[in-house]
Amino acid sequence: MLLRYLTQIGRYFLMIKDVFKRPTKAKVMYQLILKEIDDLVIGSLGIVAFISFFVGGVVTIQTALNLTNPLIPKYLIGFATRQSVVLEFAPTFISIIMAGKMGSFITSSIGTMRVTEQIDALEVMGVNALNYLVFPKMIALSLYPFVIGMSMFLGVFGGWLAGVYGGFMSSTEFIEGLQTDFIPFHIAYAFIKTSVFAFILATIPSFHGFYMKGGALEVGKASTVSFVWTSVVIISMNYILTQLLLS
Amino acid sequence: MDIGGYYFYELYFNATPFKLMIEVQNIEKSFGEQKVLKGISTTFDAGKTNLIIGQSGSGKTVFLKSLLGIHNIDNGAILFNNKEYATLSATEKLNLRTKIGMVFQGSALFDSMTVEENIGFPLTMFTKKTKEEIAERVNFVIDRVNLINANTKKPSEISGGMQKRVAIARAIVNKPKYLFCDEPNSGLDPKTAIVIDNLIKEITEEYNITTVINTHDMNSVMEIGSKIVFLKNGLLEWEGSNKEIFKTDNEAVTDFVYSSELFKRVRKMYLEDN
Repeated sequence: MLLRYLTQIGRYFLMIKDVFKRPTKAKVMYQLILKEIDDLVIGSLGIVAFISFFVGGVVTIQTALNLTNPLIPKYLIGFATRQSVVLEFAPTFISIIMAGKMGSFITSSIGTMRVTEQIDALEVMGVNALNYLVFPKMIALSLYPFVIGMSMFLGVFGGWLAGVYGGFMSSTEFIEGLQTDFIPFHIAYAFIKTSVFAFILATIPSFHGFYMKGGALEVGKASTVSFVWTSVVIISMNYILTQLLLS
Repeated sequence: MDIGGYYFYELYFNATPFKLMIEVQNIEKSFGEQKVLKGISTTFDAGKTNLIIGQSGSGKTVFLKSLLGIHNIDNGAILFNNKEYATLSATEKLNLRTKIGMVFQGSALFDSMTVEENIGFPLTMFTKKTKEEIAERVNFVIDRVNLINANTKKPSEISGGMQKRVAIARAIVNKPKYLFCDEPNSGLDPKTAIVIDNLIKEITEEYNITTVINTHDMNSVMEIGSKIVFLKNGLLEWEGSNKEIFKTDNEAVTDFVYSSELFKRVRKMYLEDN
């Protein structure tokens, strides 16, 4: 069992190395990157915006409803919303959701190419299939921090709307909370995490799709396994990076 | 430049003329304990449709994939135009790959691309041709394989027979010297299967390509088998032409090829007539 996991981990790192070998023609790669940006980044904006806006609102309402002690200032609701959204919700939990959305898409699309011999066709022609399929995803997902930036903004905006128009606090109190004890490094920390998660989101689902064996049923299984492992690695890296950067 | 001109150019400017031959010398391949290829030697000549036949599990697919370099062989040698594949440098292997066309069993067309884009893919990837030059060559090949009104369609929007034509067009668009086909007419109706077989044969002879076809289809064997290689349990059991296969006494071949009563009767009639 352990040997199997170690073999898979080794294979994953060898895959990463092979992604950078024999690069695809620049003109073709440019088109592939644009397509991946459209599929992975632009295609995710709607769901990320929707979730961030409403979860931001819910975080504010929950915090407001739980801070019943009159000695606790109301601006802390804004403070708690900012910290929750910027430090954890936007970078980590949106990434987990994206492991389901983007990750399944990547695994199933590459897996289907494997099953239908399209990857064999690329290799027989002399194309480095890993560079052709995985590298554009890695580059496209370098824009992922912008998605998370938008998520942060909409989360806080949703919180402000829910807090102010829900009658829990005034706009001034919420904004005061947002500005209280602001540590700029927290933003840097969130974006460092996001960049690592982007790399994980591009490569682990690709690995599961590229090396899958079998037919249509196995494509579905590979997508599920890919989601599980992408989530596990994101959560583990979240812990490690938090320990390294904030402790 | 048409393909005839291309070969003239190659012959004229290269001291060693192309024989376009594939030579297989005693190749062996195992997967773990299981020995799949047990020492096969044969040659596949240019301008001929070379067929590999045999029962399921006889090693046909492994043999074809070994020829393509998808599987690394354990022993023996595969020579393309007198050059051993294993001794080629990475760049030479890459160059050789650009001279190989492959038609996969399921066509293996890229779902996200149109028919035109699929066919033009090898040119886009490996040549410095302009868009106009690529379009010209793609249209020439589309005409050659008789694809009508399919240029802008996606593979999912065309029939199985048309998909095979697209796959053949993609395989020959970059003027390959070697064409490999894995079960090119599986899943096709008998009439379309014969059309595809004849198309491959015509292209092979017209452009003097070394074609190797992996097939189960006895119609293909009889129609286009310039050379037939029969594999049994990882060994070359018999080889010959589609004329010779009627006359062979090899029991394994006759059991496999003439497994139906109809074929047995056809064979008897053929032997009586000749």
